This record gives sequence, structure tokens and C-alpha cells, in this order.
Amino acid sequence: MCLAIPVRIMEIQEQMARVELDGVERLVSLALTPEAQLGDYVLIHTGYAISVLDEAEAMETLQLFDELEQASREVEEEERSRQEEDTARVEDAKTGLGGPTP
Amino acid sequence: MSYMRGFRDPAAASRLMDAVRATVQGTLRVIEFCGGHTHAIMRYGLRGALAPQVQLLSGPGCPVCVTASADIDQAIALSGRPGITLATFGDMIRVPGTTTSLQGARARGADVRVIYSALDALELARALPQREVVMLGIGFETTAPTIAAALRQAESEGLANFTVYSMHKLTAPAMRAILDAGELAVDAVLGPGHVAAITGWQAWSFLPEEYGVSCAVAGFEPLDILQALLACAEDQARGEPRITNAYGRGVSALGNSTALRLMDEVFMPTDAAWRGLGVIPGSGLAIRPGLARYDARQRFGLPGMAEGPLDAEAAVGCRCGEVLRGVVEPPQCPLFGAACTPAHPVGPCMVSAEGSCAAYYRYRGIMDI
Ligand code: SF4
Repeated sequence: MCLAIPVRIMEIQEQMARVELDGVERLVSLALTPEAQLGDYVLIHTGYAISVLDEAEAMETLQLFDELEQASREVEEEERSRQEEDTARVEDAKTGLGGPTP
Repeated sequence: MSYMRGFRDPAAASRLMDAVRATVQGTLRVIEFCGGHTHAIMRYGLRGALAPQVQLLSGPGCPVCVTASADIDQAIALSGRPGITLATFGDMIRVPGTTTSLQGARARGADVRVIYSALDALELARALPQREVVMLGIGFETTAPTIAAALRQAESEGLANFTVYSMHKLTAPAMRAILDAGELAVDAVLGPGHVAAITGWQAWSFLPEEYGVSCAVAGFEPLDILQALLACAEDQARGEPRITNAYGRGVSALGNSTALRLMDEVFMPTDAAWRGLGVIPGSGLAIRPGLARYDARQRFGLPGMAEGPLDAEAAVGCRCGEVLRGVVEPPQCPLFGAACTPAHPVGPCMVSAEGSCAAYYRYRGIMDI
């Protein structure tokens, strides 16, 4: 029941905002978010905007997820290159072409 | 919206899941307060994917499910009086009272209307000046301000035939009651994101401070939930429970000041009866005496708290009460999926889309994201 959906404000008429939800235009009340501006994303709950979404904050969070992914990719790559080195060393040792064996 | 899709990215989700698994020490027991979280967790298969390291329990966070049978009986009785039009959110209409539901009352001729918003109830009152339009005020802190705003609007328009039957409930007292009962051992609580959009995340800092339990306030996309669970796992690893705001885009420290002010102008805390949890002091909202003409309880002489059974369906074996306290999981109920399905619900947890039993039933085959 506490479902709230993010939508963008397309037009403001006094205390009401025109938004699009699933392809349907609706009027929602801005009585609880008088600070909302045209173009803002708001969370709407039972016909009222209850919070103006902080887009910069959202981008920052997504950035964090990206970095997490980046970091784990780097760990994986390191792992892979270490494994490749190891196999190369083993191969080298087998063929007797390698340098000094550790 | 473009950046929203980012919060559903499957690759990032699987990384976050790895990070959660790598961080958890032994098992991490987390209760999600909110039915919206239960629904999202089941829908995206997070519960199965993180088990057994993370045990996710569902809590009482569905306002429809926690409405006591006696309160529903009262609403049904009111809807039977001449001249009354009862306006309610859709979920409520099928919830069983002691003998019937509002849907049953409607079939017998009561004028019960399903509305999507309190704005619709105002519209009904304007359109039906010869009727008394009573709106059932159901919901937590997320919804109560919208009802408060509508009541204020009725006042400013001088709408004389609009009243609210407030059954609103407050989330923090219920969370305290569950932890105080001592039936449940949890490491962390997934804090309700849309409640916190109103109250602010600081309203949940009592969990680490007074109960030594971590709390991460979370949004409802898979990455929101996983990010919150990672914070809980990190707290556990460090042995230091904290409050984390994992829903920064929608939730601030102090919440929505306009909504909080309106709620405070219109309502005051009162004792309330919860299905499954009993009477919890200061956990409900009553309309302030100065606004008595908009208060259905005052206008129609109804008691402050309905008398009668809180969970009548327990008599036939429904374990909703224990489900709401996070003590049993829905499949542990012998009626689950057999005698009780969404088409033929026995208890409210199977009625409401956000009820735990309904979420478990709907998404029972989904194991992974
Ligand atoms: S499955 Fe049905 S009967 Fe069992 S606890 Fe849930 S709602 Fe009640």
C-alpha cells in the first residue's frame, strides 16, 4: 500500500501537476511537495506527490554501483592474468624454455 | 524514467549479491518491515538467491493486513446505515471481518466505492451532496499526510458531507512492539523507504541506538534493496549496528516537513489495535478534536477503538498473526496455497497484493533474479 512511483512533472497548474504514468496522463496533487518544479521527478502515492527525487543523488548511487562493478572486474582481470602467467610458467618449465625456475 | 532503469541492472545486481555473500559472517537475519519490500524481494527472487546466508523475514508492513477484524466489522456496520457512501482503497474491500467483508456488504446493497486517491473521495462528496461520504483512512505515515491534505481541502471548501474514518497506523511503534516481544532474533531491519520519505531516516535511528539492531532504509528496486542489505552485512562484519540511508534519492534525514506539519495539524497519536500484534500504545492516529466535524467516529458516534476480535480468521487456522510478526513464513501455514489462495483468501495477508502470503504465492517459482 505504500507503493509510490517516480514520475516527471510535465506541467504545473496551481497545486496540481500533470504527469505521465504508464502512458496515461494524470493530475496529481502537489499539496505535500510545494517545492516541486516543472521537470522534477516526484514519487507519487495515491494521487499525491510525497517526495521530490534528488536526481544528482540517484546518479551518485548508480556511479557507486558502476565503481563496484569496475572494482570486481579489475579483481577478475588480475586473477585471470595471474592464472595466465602461472600456466605460461608451467608451460615454459615443461618445455625447458623458461628462465630460472623458482 | 531513464536513470530508474539503472536500479534494475542485472549485472550490477549480481555483483552486489556477490558482495553481500562475501561480507556476511555466518548468517544475517533481516526483517523487512514493508510489504512493498516483501513483494519486490519475491518478485526479483532475491530471497532464494541470497539464502541461506541471508535470511529474509517479512514483517507487518501492509496496512490492510494489520487492520483488525473488529475495525472492519465497524466499517461494514457503518456502510449499512442509510445515507452513507463509504469510500475505500481497493485492497481493503475483500479483507475479511468477523462474518463478511466490505465486498459482501456491497453485494447486500451498501454503497461502497473503491477509490484510488483521497482526491477521489473529495470528488465523490462534491458530486453526491445528499450523501454522507466517509473515507476509510487506511495506511501508514506514507498515506496519512494525503488524507490530512484532503481533510484540510474539505475544510477550506466547506464540504459538509465529507468525513474520515481514521484507522491510520504508525510504523515505529509496531517495530518496537515486535522487537520488545522477544519472539524474533534479527540482526537488521530493512527500513520502509516510502514511510521514511515522510518521516525522514532519522526516525529509524532508534533501532541501532536502543535495540542494537542495524537499519538500512531502502527503496524498492532490486539494487536499492541489495545496497541496503550490503550495508547491513557490513555492520554485522564490523560488529557495529548503524542506521544507513540506502534510498538517498527519495529520503532525507528529516523527511517531508510539509507532510509532517499537515499530519500533525490534523491527527494526534492514539492507541490502536493491530491484527496479530494486539493493542499498541500510541501506534494509531486520531483526528484532533478541533476537526471533529470531519471525524467519522465523532459524527456517527463510533467508539475510538472497535471492540471485538482482532483476528477472527485465526479460529479457522489462519496464521496471519504470526506471519505479520515475522515468526512464521507463509508456506508454514497449512492453509497456504490449498484452502487459502488469492482467489479464495482466508486471511488478509493473502488478500492484499502486498500481503506476505500473496507475495509468496504469486512469486513461488521464482528463484533467481
Ligand atoms: S496462507 Fe492464508 S490462512 Fe495462512 S496465514 Fe496466510 S492468509 Fe492466513
